[in-house]
Amino acid sequence: MFEGLDAVVLARAQFAFTMSFHIVFPAFSIGLASYLAVLEALWLATGREVFINLFNYWLKIFAIAFGMGVVSGIVMSYQFGTNWAAFSDKTGPVLGPLMAYEVLTAFFLEAGFLGVMLFGLERVGHKLHFLATLMVAIGTLISAFWILSANSWMQTPAGYAVNGEGQFVAVDWFALIFNPSFPYRLLHMVLAAYLTTALVVGAVGAFHLLRDSHRPGPRVMFSMAMWMATLVAPIQIFAGDQHGLNTLEYQPAKVMAMEGHYQSHPDGAPLILFGLPDQDAASVRYALQIPKLSSLILKHSLDAPLAGLDSIARQDWPPVPITFWSFRVMVGIGFLMLGLGLFSLWSRFRGTLFRSRPLHLFALMMGPAGFIAVLAGWITTETGRQPFTVFGLLRTVESASPLAAPAVASSLIAFVIVYFAVFTAGVVYILRLMAQPPHHGEQGPRGDTPSRTAGITPAPAAIASRRFG
Amino acid sequence: MSAALDIPTLWAFIIAFAVFVYVVMDGFDLGLGMLFPLFPNKADRDVIMNSVAPVWDGNETWLVLGGGGLMAAFPLAYAVLMPALYTPMIAMLLGLVFRGVAFEFRWRTQRERNRWDVAFAGGSLLATLAQGVALGAILQGVHVEGRHYAGGWWDWLTPFSILTGLALVTGYCLLGATWLVMKTTGSLREAAYRQSWWLVIAMLIALGAVSVATPLLDIEYANRWFAWPNILATAPVPVAVAGVTFLLLRSLARRQDYRPFFLSLALFALAYAGLGISMWPYIVPRSITIWQAAAPANSQAFMLVGVAVLVPIILAYTAWAYWVFRGKVDAESGYH
Repeated sequence: MFEGLDAVVLARAQFAFTMSFHIVFPAFSIGLASYLAVLEALWLATGREVFINLFNYWLKIFAIAFGMGVVSGIVMSYQFGTNWAAFSDKTGPVLGPLMAYEVLTAFFLEAGFLGVMLFGLERVGHKLHFLATLMVAIGTLISAFWILSANSWMQTPAGYAVNGEGQFVAVDWFALIFNPSFPYRLLHMVLAAYLTTALVVGAVGAFHLLRDSHRPGPRVMFSMAMWMATLVAPIQIFAGDQHGLNTLEYQPAKVMAMEGHYQSHPDGAPLILFGLPDQDAASVRYALQIPKLSSLILKHSLDAPLAGLDSIARQDWPPVPITFWSFRVMVGIGFLMLGLGLFSLWSRFRGTLFRSRPLHLFALMMGPAGFIAVLAGWITTETGRQPFTVFGLLRTVESASPLAAPAVASSLIAFVIVYFAVFTAGVVYILRLMAQPPHHGEQGPRGDTPSRTAGITPAPAAIASRRFG
Repeated sequence: MSAALDIPTLWAFIIAFAVFVYVVMDGFDLGLGMLFPLFPNKADRDVIMNSVAPVWDGNETWLVLGGGGLMAAFPLAYAVLMPALYTPMIAMLLGLVFRGVAFEFRWRTQRERNRWDVAFAGGSLLATLAQGVALGAILQGVHVEGRHYAGGWWDWLTPFSILTGLALVTGYCLLGATWLVMKTTGSLREAAYRQSWWLVIAMLIALGAVSVATPLLDIEYANRWFAWPNILATAPVPVAVAGVTFLLLRSLARRQDYRPFFLSLALFALAYAGLGISMWPYIVPRSITIWQAAAPANSQAFMLVGVAVLVPIILAYTAWAYWVFRGKVDAESGYH
């Protein structure tokens, strides 16, 4: 199965695999934690039961998703050392502190308050419980701050020097943390997390509205989710565009790969909509293109010259086909999100938000779209950084651990088997929870422990929630 | 053997502290997992799970701090040790995946609950064995050339590392059993009391075996412990172990529910101090000292500020979370 592959390729496959699995969970829990904080705030402010029902409904789902995020995240924090030891030695002095701050300011905050958020409502009272929910939500955002700073530094390194041992060392921590691509990437990723969650919430709402359009819970969550899509999708497209311009300035090779520009265009570059990039022939086959549009988008002028990969040494080229296609997948889904937002806005003004079957079917179909867009976006930016780990400074082949290929192959197989077994089960459990509509007297994550609920809810609800558990 | 308090020394203590807090907190947590097969009754298992469900995630965060902190403060050590411990590390991570998800998954299914109970127990055992084996592999030393690990991917596997693996299994089981003594009532507590007796004896045997085997690994370790005048400083450790063991057995006999857990932690602290005496000042024994592995001073200083400000706050809200879920747990009422 792995014959002829070297340890570096296997290590890359392993990182890509474990990272792709991991990123899905934080992308969901960043958005969901904020949504839970909003739901609890609305409940505390209005006292309306529908909000606490929705809160408990999504809290159960959050608990599972968060657990999977934690365990797949621990893997990431050790994988730098196991598979990328040379990278760790060289970048440890600059990236290590950012990750240590992530642990200290974010992971502990989330983990410390998670128990109270999940199980503590009756023990600490409303205000302290809301504080716990808020801390978890803030923790997820702080975590995004540090890890995206670290990732952005690998893309657009700044504020560093290189010492005698070949290690990167910090010269200016502020410049290092707030490196040129960081603000764009942070905004783009947090918005992506919010959109991803909104699409999931919207799809669950739509699923239950399709069966019965009168339930209060699905109505509220669907309406909230569609507002999110309507307002945030356009902002995200704008933020993505700005991020792209920043990439053009600091990592032009990545943009060339995204655009499929093997050749330079001295008088206006075409926008290649679709085509089959051929890395060996250095050309895009069957290209369907619009003349000069790429120059217009990237340089705001039809005739602006745009350099292609032919201006860069061949050994520094990123793999174009992957970057080119993953970028198109992401952008395509982004515009579908915009379409969903506009459709829902139109339905809202016509008063058919809760009745329009086409809208609900569209929203249902878009449920997993956020995850696909997030993965496609990450594949674009990480593949576009190749063949470097630290862009322009440290090559991927020089970053790996001195490991034998069989060692990496065995661990890769183990990760694939375990992740599919474990996370498939988790997703099934989440889908099972989603298949039930939120109902009167909805219970939190331990709702099936009879005693916990006995004092505060009517017995039928407790029995019902046990059945659903 | 300089004892001047410079930043690398401080960081060595911080990492050691993080790892110890991890051992203290996740130790009993993993121990509960390994004791799971001894409690076939569903009600008992629910109680055991509930006794730790609100805090397990925070417990494992210390492991992330240990790993992340090591990369940040001693990147060379991280870069050498992780490939050297490749297989145990991957095994530990996979074990933690299985047991971590079980906390939520087993409540979400009737039919497959047993499967996640097995995952919880098996994952806990695998993670603990791997941690113990990794400890032994570090103590016996790894092959370093230049700034790289230069050994094979099975070097870690020796009788000594298997011994330390088994020792940690008994130790974590003891922590788990005494935790149950503290947190539960009725027949569950009775069973935990009985297990605690056996586990104290098993842990003493394991501790003794590791203590005898370690000086045999290398003359350096033997000198560290037995040469005059070092012995004046090291002799109190075994004496204290004997004292704590006596108190622990007495508290079990007198059925003082809360004491056995904390006395078991004291045993761990002593074993850990002994480990520190053996290793100091190496971070990769006999190859790399903490000063050779240290990140540049400005990296260590930058993080030191964060640690100084944030760790007390973290300890405060962690303590609060434990306080919220204090007291005995039983099947009837969850926490009460």
